[in-house]
Formats: sequence, structure tokens, C-alpha cells
Amino acid sequence: MKTWIAFANILMKDMRSYYLKPPNISWGLIFPVAWTLMFFLRSPVAVEVRDLLPGVISLSILFGTTSMLAVTITFERKSRSFERLLLAPISLNLLMLAKTSGAIIFGVVNAFIPVLFAAFMTSLQGINWLMVLSSVIFIAITSTFLGLFIAVSVSQVFEAQTFSNFFRFPMIFLCGLFIPLQDLPTFLQPVSYALPLTYGADILKTAVNENGIIPIPLSFLALLAFSGFLFAYSIYNVNRKWIS
Amino acid sequence: MKIIEAENLKKSYNGFTAVKGVNFHINRGEIFGFLGPNGAGKTTTINMLTGLARISGGRVKLLGEEYTRNPKRAQAMMGIVPDESNLYEELNGWENLCFCGALYGMERDRREKRAQELLEQFGLEDAAKKPFKAYSKGMKRKLTIAAGIIHEPEILFLDEPTTGIDVAFARQIRNLIVDLHDRGTTIFLTTHYIEEAERLCERLAFIVEGEIVREGTVEELMREAQGENIVNFTLGGDFNKVEKEFKAVFPAFDYRIGRDSVVSVHSPEAFSLLPLVQFFEERGLPVYEAKIARPSLEEVFVKVTGIELKKMQNQKEGQ
Repeated sequence: MKTWIAFANILMKDMRSYYLKPPNISWGLIFPVAWTLMFFLRSPVAVEVRDLLPGVISLSILFGTTSMLAVTITFERKSRSFERLLLAPISLNLLMLAKTSGAIIFGVVNAFIPVLFAAFMTSLQGINWLMVLSSVIFIAITSTFLGLFIAVSVSQVFEAQTFSNFFRFPMIFLCGLFIPLQDLPTFLQPVSYALPLTYGADILKTAVNENGIIPIPLSFLALLAFSGFLFAYSIYNVNRKWIS
Repeated sequence: MKIIEAENLKKSYNGFTAVKGVNFHINRGEIFGFLGPNGAGKTTTINMLTGLARISGGRVKLLGEEYTRNPKRAQAMMGIVPDESNLYEELNGWENLCFCGALYGMERDRREKRAQELLEQFGLEDAAKKPFKAYSKGMKRKLTIAAGIIHEPEILFLDEPTTGIDVAFARQIRNLIVDLHDRGTTIFLTTHYIEEAERLCERLAFIVEGEIVREGTVEELMREAQGENIVNFTLGGDFNKVEKEFKAVFPAFDYRIGRDSVVSVHSPEAFSLLPLVQFFEERGLPVYEAKIARPSLEEVFVKVTGIELKKMQNQKEGQ
């Protein structure tokens, strides 16, 4: 059987049905603007847009991917249309990759909207774009798989939102975006290093402003490990809970 | 030829055994029915056969090949229509069918051609571009059946196909099932409507509390319950006039005189009607009708399972 046909059609359907809908496009535009304005307003001193860029990119990806995937899968489970996918003759791994690919692409596109805004406000010269792109892809994959992990852990759409925030909000404050890792209280530092966004944000800091503190290969390895764990655990949970 | 074989199939969860080691097979080209009350294990059995539920014990085969632990390969040859429509609300009828075809690896040209054929076959051409959420319940069920057969499966699983839809649509769906069967599709149908099972199925299994309590063709099931052969004769005269003679000529037959000149002749063995007809005709009692009396499938079901049908149907409709 031509499994790529199934893969491509699941991806295209999700893009059309969820990710390319006007509310999501506007979310992708409004979110980075809101975050940037928030930084400007809360800071008593002048803020350099370039300093904000790694944070806004990271959070755009995190919020875009986790929200969408967790909600769409939970919604499809509730309406039982997800059963149709489980009954299709494609492997569970491939099915989940097809379902998550849309969110990953959405996350990557979301990441470059703040970059676009920043281009009108400051100089973006000297940025390591290859590293930015690589880290954006890795953050998008990890965050999407976090969304998948959330989706397979809950049964209601509202639970998906609540559970997403349980992971996202601590991450915002502990991943080194607002408070540098070295300035966090000692007891919180291990928690920071247990969060995937810490590594993604640090790569972006290095790529944009050369002020990251974690070795780049280690950060990529950490993101890879988080992605692998979240995906494998989600598949395990789908097998255990949805094909019970 | 057997398409599906289930051997000692079991399903347990949280200490509860929903299906207790059922054995049955489905022959190619037939409509096989599972008839049972709510919670009997019908849907659980379908879920196990189609790979939506893990099998706790026993094994299943498709065309002689076991797929108990690897249902993915078998799924390509199956079409599944659940008890509730599970297509995408935001897609229209045409898109839903094409998407379902794509899930089975059908190329674009093939799936679009097939989607068009099915929309015509199911009388849904006018609703092709309407979103699924705007469909009536009956239309939804029809499109869900169409989606189940878009890839031309070897076997179609229909879980309670007419539950909860109005009479006219239920009738259309039954006709569609007959039409699919005439085109050679093998169908596994679960239902709690006895008349639906009787009308559609060639073979049936009664399932109660996770166990198959009886299985066979409709005729076999009825024969078993009948026990004796009964023929009702509608005569054009008074049977009492020839009663004594009848007893003398046919001592092996028992009989009962009913209303409207109907006489029921009973025998433990099958018997020829001709001598009886001749007997009546020669004595000036024309035979207007000779009808073999059968117990209804409903009577058989109630006798075998002890379950009241009305109660079973009300329970399901009330869900």
C-alpha cells in the first residue's frame, strides 16, 4: 500500500482544517506582537528588539504547536473521527508523524513572524541563520511532541488547554528567557535543565546574540532526546489507552 | 471459503470479561449477523476483529492468515462502519470520501472516480458539496457506509447500521446492504433488530453476555425451535364432518381446529401435502391455502436467550 498517500492526505487535511484557518493565522500574527509589546511596556529601560527575539521566537513556537495539536487530537478523539485513522492500514508511528507534521510546520512558520517584524525595527546582520532555522525546527518538533504527549494524556478539550498551561507557563519563566539561567535560585536550576525549551532558547540566544551558555551540540542532543522520549511515550500511551 | 475466523476470542478489561471465548466464522459473500442486546459484546467483538481493541485471548484469521497481533495488514482488506458516524464534520461529502480513500493508499484519480460512483449509488450526489455537519442522521449513516467501502474491501463490518435513524432511511440503508451483498461484498452486521437480522442475514449468531448462545442459518435456528412440522390448511367447508375419517386415515398426525375453517396439522416428521389435499378435495372440502407454519425468529430468540425483545430495543433506542 502507498502509505505516503495516506501520510500526505492526513497532513494536508489538517493544514486545511486547522492550521490555515483565519483564527490561527491571526494567532500567529498577534501573539508575537503581544509578547514584544509586553516586554517593551514592562521594561523600565530601553529594550533592544534583538535581545527579545530568541524569547519571542521560542514562545511563538511553544504556544502555537502545543495548543493546536493537543486540542485538535482531543477534538478528533471526542468526535470519534480519530478512530477512522486508527483503523486505516498505516502504522501508528506514521499516523502520529502525519498528525504532528502539520503542527511542526505551523510552529516553524510562526517562528519567523517575529523575525519579520524585527526586520523592520532593527538590524538583523550577523545572525547565524542556519543555526536559527535548525533550532526553530528542533523546538517545533519538541513542542509538538509535548502537545502530543498532552493530547494522549487527557480526554476533554478543556483538559488539554489546562494541561498545556501546566507545562508551558513554568517553562516561560524557567527556561532562561526572562531570567538568565545562572541568576535563577540554585534549587530551580536543575528544573530549568529538565525543560526542553531551555536548550532551544539557548541555541537561539547563541545564534542571534552569541550569548548562550550551553554548548550547542549538547542543546541539540537534549532536544533530540526530549523529542524521542515524548514521541515514544505518546505512542506507548496511544497503544495502552486508545487501542485497549 | 472462510473470510474471517474467530477462535476462542476473549476480551477482558479491569477484571470484567466482555467477550468470553467466542467461536465463529464468516463465509465469503454472505451476510453474517450478530444479534444481541446492549452490552452483549457485539461492538467489542467488531473492535477486536478490526484492530481497534486488543485481543485478550484466542485468535483471528483473515483468509486463513492469522492477524491477532498484527491487525494493520488485515485492515487494508476491511471496511468499517461504526455505530455512530465518524466522518469529518468540517469536510463535505465528496472530501470525506476522497480522504477515506487516501487513507487506504488510493491514487487521486481512482479515489475521485470511486467517490463519484458511491455518491450516485447512495443517492447523495446533491449533497456532495455540503459539509458533513449539515447532513441529516440518515444521510450521515449512508455516507459513512460509502466511506467504508470506498477502497472495495473484502469484508464490510456494519455496527448497528439502522439504529437511531428514521424508518425511511433505515429502509434505504437495508436496501443498500442488500445491493452491496448482491455485488459480492461480504458483510458482518451487528443489530438488535430481529426483523432486520431475519431479512438481511444468511447466518446469525445470538450473543448474550459475551457468549454465543446459538449460531446457524435462519432456517436452522427456526427449525431447532420449531421441533415439529405444522401446516395450516384453509378449507372451504366444515372439517368436523370429516374429522373421524381423518383420524382413521392419518393416525400419525395430530391436528387442531382453528377459526375461519383453518385446520393445523402437526407431525414430528416432514410430510407430503398431496395425500392431505386429495383427502379434503375428495370429501368436498376445497383447499384454499396450505401454509407451513414457522415460529418467528423473534420467538426463537426469546426462547433461546430468555430476553424480551421490546425491552432490548427500547434499551438501545433510549441510549
